[in-house]
Amino acid sequence: MATVFFFYLFSLVAIASAILVITARNPVHSVLFLILCFFNAAGLFILMGAEFLAMILVVVYVGAVAVLFLFVVMMLDVDFTELRSGMLNYLPVGGVIGLILLVEMAALFGTWVVPQDLIAHTAAPVASTAQNTRALGEILYTKYVFFFQTAGLILLVAMIGAIVLTLRHRTGIKRQVIADQVARSPATAVEIKKVQPGQGI
Amino acid sequence: MSIVHNLGLAAIFPEIALALLAMLLLMEGVFSKRVTPAAIRWGAIAAIVAVGLMVVWKSGTGLSTAFAGAFIVDPFARFMKVLALAGSAITLAMSGKYLARTKMDSNEYPVLVLLATLGMMLMISAGDLISLYLGLELQSLALYVVAAINRDSVKASEAGLKYFVLGSLSSGMLLYGASLVYGVTGHTGFATIADAIAGQPTSLALVFGIVFIMAGLAFKVSAVPFHMWTPDVYEGAPTPVTAFFASAPKLAAIALFTRVMVGPFAHATQAWQQIAIFISFASMALGAFAAIGQTNIKRLLAYSSIANMGFALVGLAAGTVEGVQGMLVYMLIYLVTTLGTFACILAMRRKGIYVEQISDLAGLSRRDKGLAFVLAMMMFSLAGIPPLAGFFGKLFVFMAAVKAGLYALAILGVLASVIGAYYYLRVIKVMYFDEPAEAFDGADMELAIVAYASCAFVIGFIVVAQPLVGWATGAAQSLF
Repeated sequence: MATVFFFYLFSLVAIASAILVITARNPVHSVLFLILCFFNAAGLFILMGAEFLAMILVVVYVGAVAVLFLFVVMMLDVDFTELRSGMLNYLPVGGVIGLILLVEMAALFGTWVVPQDLIAHTAAPVASTAQNTRALGEILYTKYVFFFQTAGLILLVAMIGAIVLTLRHRTGIKRQVIADQVARSPATAVEIKKVQPGQGI
Repeated sequence: MSIVHNLGLAAIFPEIALALLAMLLLMEGVFSKRVTPAAIRWGAIAAIVAVGLMVVWKSGTGLSTAFAGAFIVDPFARFMKVLALAGSAITLAMSGKYLARTKMDSNEYPVLVLLATLGMMLMISAGDLISLYLGLELQSLALYVVAAINRDSVKASEAGLKYFVLGSLSSGMLLYGASLVYGVTGHTGFATIADAIAGQPTSLALVFGIVFIMAGLAFKVSAVPFHMWTPDVYEGAPTPVTAFFASAPKLAAIALFTRVMVGPFAHATQAWQQIAIFISFASMALGAFAAIGQTNIKRLLAYSSIANMGFALVGLAAGTVEGVQGMLVYMLIYLVTTLGTFACILAMRRKGIYVEQISDLAGLSRRDKGLAFVLAMMMFSLAGIPPLAGFFGKLFVFMAAVKAGLYALAILGVLASVIGAYYYLRVIKVMYFDEPAEAFDGADMELAIVAYASCAFVIGFIVVAQPLVGWATGAAQSLF
């Protein structure tokens, strides 16, 4: 009973806050509603027994991504009312395209014949005894280690690419060289000049 | 050792070696003060050669798989990997002087080419929808960066950005198709998908999935109607990069296309054969007509490569062992001809400045007999004139199409080939019968070696055809 109650509570708040994210006038409020939405989604994960995903959602999305969003929204001066002003003009065209896609998808999924033994051989790895984290780890780092490593290589390429395409070594600017600073002695740092009385240097 | 054995790491050993060597060269380029881009480049070429030898001698002879079938090494994979590695190594060797003269030389360029090559090897060996996508992305992402490597040029940046945006779109379509296939069959492995499809009527959702996957793959091989990016990217990117784009990645993408169509979807041939016929015909026709008006030789070769992909896909459309065998021979000849042609284009340098208009070739026969002869042979071969290699490539794919009963496709293909011959012959006419333009600076040694070697191959193909065709037949049979 309590599960049902919490399911509806989390779902309702998640949907309501999701709507508020796109309708709120103030972008900072939008991000705050987004955080509320994440928290409720985490609650839904816990109800499903996926506590690891719930933790990750809160730690990564709320802790890092949403805070980053908040900074970006506050730092950048984006006029959201102007961005939204064309919405009514584009709504009919976009709506028609969306409707056509929806009808096509409905036609497609209407013919979907689910194989008899689909449940048996879809990837359902969790043995009832294994913990969430352990089960995910086994999938990700043992069974799918090849895919995991390849994904790592893709990220490496992305990193090299970002640096190659944007980093510029500028010449003629002063850089701090700590070794040079430490190696300074009074002999190299101080220059003694005889100043004649009544004259400048 | 048991974990190595269980995962089948022996099969993937060349790929691991290539990844480690690429990272080693990357570190060397970043941390070593004295290392020059040329040293990194030759190191990368040595790495590719070493990995190629490993593929030939150390990855067994028959079929072996790793990671529960996600990675397949069979004679087909070895054949394509050797070709792709050769393409990467030779284009790297050809790129050196150009990049140094135009001040684009960097330590990262060879490393990115190595990582793209690694992506190609993973694509060629893909045995699972996930490894297919990851290999494809590894290759594509490195190619997007390489296209824009001349970041100060507006044209090159535009080429890179265009390639990136359209490439992401095609990846999205491919992923959507893959998710539909997974939804229908409940599997991502190629072998298990084939089992799930076998003996059942092809459902509409599966057809949708196949269509979307084909759309994504057709983009990567630049087949019509997903070819729009090709001329702009080929023209905008620096010439050595264009040479690389036209050679190894095309081979890998065609290999992946073939493996996906005749592997998991072998029992749904009716679903994809019509589409393969259409894109193959459309590519041949568009390549033949659109190239006629071009004045830039790189754009001309872009349309030529679209047409060539159309001819190669004729073999796939046949869907038989002969078809795939013909396609493999075609791709081998395409690779050699492309490398030879780009070696000639890279030699088009006048007073230190690289030129790329067809009119710059005017009267080349009276200025540089050797270069003119090599380029003429390449053009004759691309046009499919009988004693040269290109003729046999076309002969094999069209014979396979006729045997499979695709008479209309074969006839239309021959017609497209005749129309295409016009613009190849026009280049020869400009070289041999027009008033000479100013002379080029002499060709560098690497370029001369590649040009003369590919010229010798194109002329002497009839002599070496026997073992090569035998090798291709073995590779094609391993797929069925």
